[in-house]
Order: sequence, then C-alpha cells, then structure tokens
Amino acid sequence: MSADGGTQGGETRIIRTDYLARVEGEGAMYVRLDGRTVEDVKLRIYEPPRFFEAFLRGRAFTEAPDLTARICGICPVAYQMSAVRAMEDACGVTIDEGPLRDLRRLLYCGEWIESHSLHVYMLHAPDFLGYPGAVEMARDHAGIVEQGLQMKKAGNALMAVVGGREVHPINVRVGGFYKAPTRVQLRTLLEPLERARETALATVGWAAELPFPEVERTPELLALSDPDPGSYPIDRGRIRSDAGLDIAPGEFDEHVVEEHVEHSNALHARLRERGSYLTGPLARYGLSHAQLRPLAREAAGEAGLGPLCTNPFQSIVVRAVELVQASDEALALIEAYEEPDAPAVEVTPRRAVGHGATEAPRGLLYHRYEIDEDGTILDARIVPPTSQNQLAIEEDLRAVVERDLDLPDEQLSLRCEQAIRNHDPCISCATHFLELTVERG
Amino acid sequence: MSADSNQTPAKQTSAKQTLAVWKFSSCDGCQLSLLDCEDELLALADRLRIAYFLEATSAVAEGPYDISIVEGSITTPHDAERIREVRRQSRTLITIGACATAGGIQALRNFGDVAEFTSIVYASPDFISTLSTSTPISAHVPVDFELNGCPINKVQLLEVIGAHLAGRRPRVRGHSVCVECKRRGTVCVMVAHGTPCLGPVTHAGCGAICPAYDRGCYGCFGPMESPNTAALSARMAELGSEEIDLVRVYRTFNAGSAAFREASEAHEHEPAGGAPA
Repeated sequence: MSADGGTQGGETRIIRTDYLARVEGEGAMYVRLDGRTVEDVKLRIYEPPRFFEAFLRGRAFTEAPDLTARICGICPVAYQMSAVRAMEDACGVTIDEGPLRDLRRLLYCGEWIESHSLHVYMLHAPDFLGYPGAVEMARDHAGIVEQGLQMKKAGNALMAVVGGREVHPINVRVGGFYKAPTRVQLRTLLEPLERARETALATVGWAAELPFPEVERTPELLALSDPDPGSYPIDRGRIRSDAGLDIAPGEFDEHVVEEHVEHSNALHARLRERGSYLTGPLARYGLSHAQLRPLAREAAGEAGLGPLCTNPFQSIVVRAVELVQASDEALALIEAYEEPDAPAVEVTPRRAVGHGATEAPRGLLYHRYEIDEDGTILDARIVPPTSQNQLAIEEDLRAVVERDLDLPDEQLSLRCEQAIRNHDPCISCATHFLELTVERG
Repeated sequence: MSADSNQTPAKQTSAKQTLAVWKFSSCDGCQLSLLDCEDELLALADRLRIAYFLEATSAVAEGPYDISIVEGSITTPHDAERIREVRRQSRTLITIGACATAGGIQALRNFGDVAEFTSIVYASPDFISTLSTSTPISAHVPVDFELNGCPINKVQLLEVIGAHLAGRRPRVRGHSVCVECKRRGTVCVMVAHGTPCLGPVTHAGCGAICPAYDRGCYGCFGPMESPNTAALSARMAELGSEEIDLVRVYRTFNAGSAAFREASEAHEHEPAGGAPA
C-alpha cells in the first residue's frame, strides 16, 4: 500500500492499496471523495471470465455437480449441493428426509466448519489484532492460530470421509452419493468434532471481545428458511427476507435480476422490487436465530449477540456461532446415522427446468438448469453469493468511509479492506485482481 | 540446484528461501491446499519465508523469489504479461493444478466460440476482456516442475516443496491411477462392475479415491506418462459408452492436455457444442 501525500479538507488525496489480501480471489475497490462527500464507491471485480454457464450447455445433467464444483475451491460442496437439488427438481425427485439427506447436511457442515474456520482465524482475525496474516499472528498468538487450524482440520476430515477429499469432493452425485459411509467410518469423526465444538464455543467468546468499530447497517437480509422449526437453513427451504419476500427457489428468477456493469466481471444481483440485499451468515442468523441449535443460540446470547446483528464487523462472532451450530449438528447427525439401503436413488431425466438453492458458507447459492429429455443441459444459470452481496458491500464501504472520514489514509484503507472482508467475499467465484483506491477531491 | 539439506542451523535462519504464491484464472482450490496443511503450515512458515501469498497475508516482500508456486491458467492479455514478470522474478517456478498445467476447465472455451460464450454469460460482452483460449503456464514461460491434479494432493505439494528445500527431485511418479488402486487393494471397478474408468490413462497422485468410492476415475489428475487412450476408449465403447460420452469424459478439467484433447477429438463427429443425437 502507498499513501500519496495530501491532507484532509479540500486537497486531493489518493489512497491506494494495490491488492486486497486475505480474500478468496483478487479484485479492486475504488472510493472517490469530494470534500467530505463520498461521490462514488465501487467494488471492482476483474475475474477473468470462465464461462461456466456457457460450457455447461451440451453436457450431461449428471456432470453438473463435478463441473460446477470447480467454480470455487473454498465452497465446492455448495456448488455440488445446489446443482444436485436443481437436477433432482427438474427430474421430479425430492431427497428431503432420510439418511441421504442427512449425509448431505453432514457433508455441508464439514464445508461450513472448514470455510468459516479459515475465514475467522486466517482471513478476518488478523484485521482485528493488527497482523498482515495468520502466520505472522501465530508468532504472538500461537495457541489461537493452532486451535483455528485444528478446527479447520476437523471440517476437512469430515469432508474427506463423506466426500472423498477436502477440495472438490468426488462422492456427490445426482440422486445421492456413489458410496455411503459406514457408521464406523463416521464415528471416527466424533472425537475431532467434539474438540471442534469446544473450540467453536471458545471462539464465540473470544471473537465477541475483539474491538469492533461501531457501525450499524440494516440491509435487507435474504436467506433460505428451513421448514423444520428446529433446523437452521443449509440445504433446503423457501427463500425469505426480512422485508417480506417469501418465495420458492423456482421463483428466484422472477425476483432477482442481474446486471452487467462496466467495473465488474461479476454480475450485480438486485431484487427487482427493492434493490440491494445481503445474504450470508448475518442474513441467516437474523432470519433463523430461533432455529439455531440450543447450544449455538446460548453461545450467541452469552456473547451478547441479540437475535439480529446489525454491525457487519461482528460477522466474525456470527461465523463463530455458526461454527458451534455446524459442529453440534454434525455430531448429532453422526450419532443418529443409519446406513441407507442404497447410496443413491434413481433419477431419470425428462425435459424440464429445475431450480436449486442452498446456503454456501458465504450465502445463498442459486442454480437453474433446463435439461432435455435425455438429460443434456440446454441452459444454465448460476448466481453465487458474492455477486448478490456486491451492492451491499459497496453500501457498507460508503457507510464506513462516511463514518471514518477523518482517519488517516492508511488507516481508512485498512478499515475499508476489513469492511470488505466482513462478508468473506469469494472473489474466485467472481473476481481476479482487487485494487483499493480512495480518491479524495 | 545445489541447496544442501544439511546446512547448519545458523545458515538456515539467516538465509531462508523465499516462497511466493501466485494466482491466475482458477478456483483457488490448489492454493487452499497449502492452507489445508493444518499440521505443517506453521512449520513450513518457519522453514521458508512467505514473501508473497495474498490469500494468506497482506505482507508483500519484493522479489526475486526462490520458489514461485503458480495456480491458474492464462486467459487474458494482462495475465500473459504478468506471468512473464513472475518468471523473471522467480528462481524456481512450480505450477500447481490442472489450470496451470493444462488450462483447466476454462480451456473448454478452446473447443467453442468465445464470442458466443461471452454473450451467454454476460449481457454486455463489450466489457469483457479475454483471450479466446485458456492455456497452461508452460505455453508462456519455462516451468521447472508441474504438479497435476484438480485439485492437487496436499501431500504431494509438501513433497515438492520439501524436495526443493532438500535439493533433490520430487518423488512424484508418472504412472497411472491403476497402480494406486492395486496398492490400496481396491477391486477394479471396470473389470468387476463394468464401470467406465479413466484410471488406466490418468496420472497417479490422488490416491485412487474414486474407485474406492465405487465410481470410475474421471481423470482430474490429467494424462499419465504414457497414456493409451485409444485402447481405453475402445474398451469403454464395448462397455456401452457412446461417442458423446467418450468426448465428455476426456473433456473436463484437463481437456487442454494433448493426450486428452486428442482422445476427445477422435470421437467428435459433430460441431463443437452441438446437440446430441
């Protein structure tokens, strides 16, 4: 980062950070100030396009989970789960109960644990404690980093047993799995997951004590809502918002429009009715606080979190609460697991359109496919959480810059970067090269 | 390479080698594999100086770098320039993953019309700057070592880095997945169950996971050292694979590798992306 001179109050100031570190992928941010007025805020995404929706055309419906997993190495399970749900929807198959659904939720818990541990400890915590990264942080806080790594390892172990490996699991298929794990295999995960749960509980308390800038933001929150009142949303349900949206995944297309703007290679999603919205941990927590497992809800309460968290900087606490949720749920699923009669149900293609929406660690991930009667994909649409959150992130940036106008350039830059990291943008789902520029005119 | 693994401790601390990790067009999964080394990461950070690794740290040290690890493929004019600069700054350049070694899944564009692809995904294609191909790093600059996999295997990654530090060749064998199945004691899914499997032509390294989970290998580690794809395709056809299936099976994450590209083209009798029969 470099600060190119200048003082506040009318003179031109340009603050520039050439790369935003500790996000998945690379992109740029641009803020222009005229005096004390924020004129323009842009989260710029330079992701070289990879054309997934285009080359999915002509492929077999059974290939979608493995192909779309490659959109993101951090959340491949999310892509696989939204893809299989969409294909099953198209083919008239529902896997909403029983051991196959439990295994899917279990695998998804592994991804939440792995991804949230990575973000809380390695990407986000260094912002609060003043380090460039977790490796540097480990020199002074070895125990903290080590426990984060061990929790991450438990999530990865779960993905490796159920999915076959941590990154781009191989065991997921339309209709279920290629091979269901045995009870004995799953029980080997009990001990590391119990330790992960302990660590997650400690993490909630630790994260709650971090120094938070006082920022209040109330974007429209959008997330899945599980029909079971005792179930936090992960893999199914209607799409709801706190402003009254309540739709089936099949209606997503009618309500969410994507725009292509010049400063970004990721499409900007907005609600047709009201504009920007936020998806991800803050949205899930705000909409489904009552559906958290008791252990997670109590941990949130003890940490002083109400049923709604309006400070985006506290998303680190909410992620920690979701770590409790995911590890506690994984343990319960393993304890109750009965091996299925068959690892998958038969899914016969037909000419149809199918929709799938699930909760990636970063938020709602929507897939829609049109397939031919022989299962050939005719059309595909994929809306990742980060393209939905871009506008809300830009609005956060605006709020943070307006609040912290008087900070020196370098600190303001760091604060802006932190504000972006609050939402764990998965820029590889969307970005290439992030350049942070604050221009003051 | 003349680095000696038995250097004195004093020398090790005063002259730690520097590591840089670079991203091009990719999913981030391969560099994540480095952060997935939960038990080894801090020890590795002790042994090497992480000089550039944006996914992990905002601290950036100037080059040149002793070891550069490169993820991703080249898909834009800007990246074609950037990889040359990375090469100039790097004593040893190691590519990791199918994108960097074969162009990745995004190399499927090499078989289609990019202008049409762009218009399918983006409403305003004029905003998009992209090359018509996705190419591996070795198509642009000399590469010292290529590690296969979509994603790579983190144990192999540690072996490659460790071997570099020890000044020896990495023990990464070029034989097929079949050897790994035999070592693992997995019954052959193709012989026993008639399941089409790319194992015989696919580079080892994953540990033969798919057959152990009752599915055929789908080739995510790319071609092995001497792949006989014609023989395998003939056998898969006998087992019921149709021509379009044979095109698809070779045309995934390593579609841009010479062996898999030729194997897929041998079965393509319609225009690229054409409708099935």
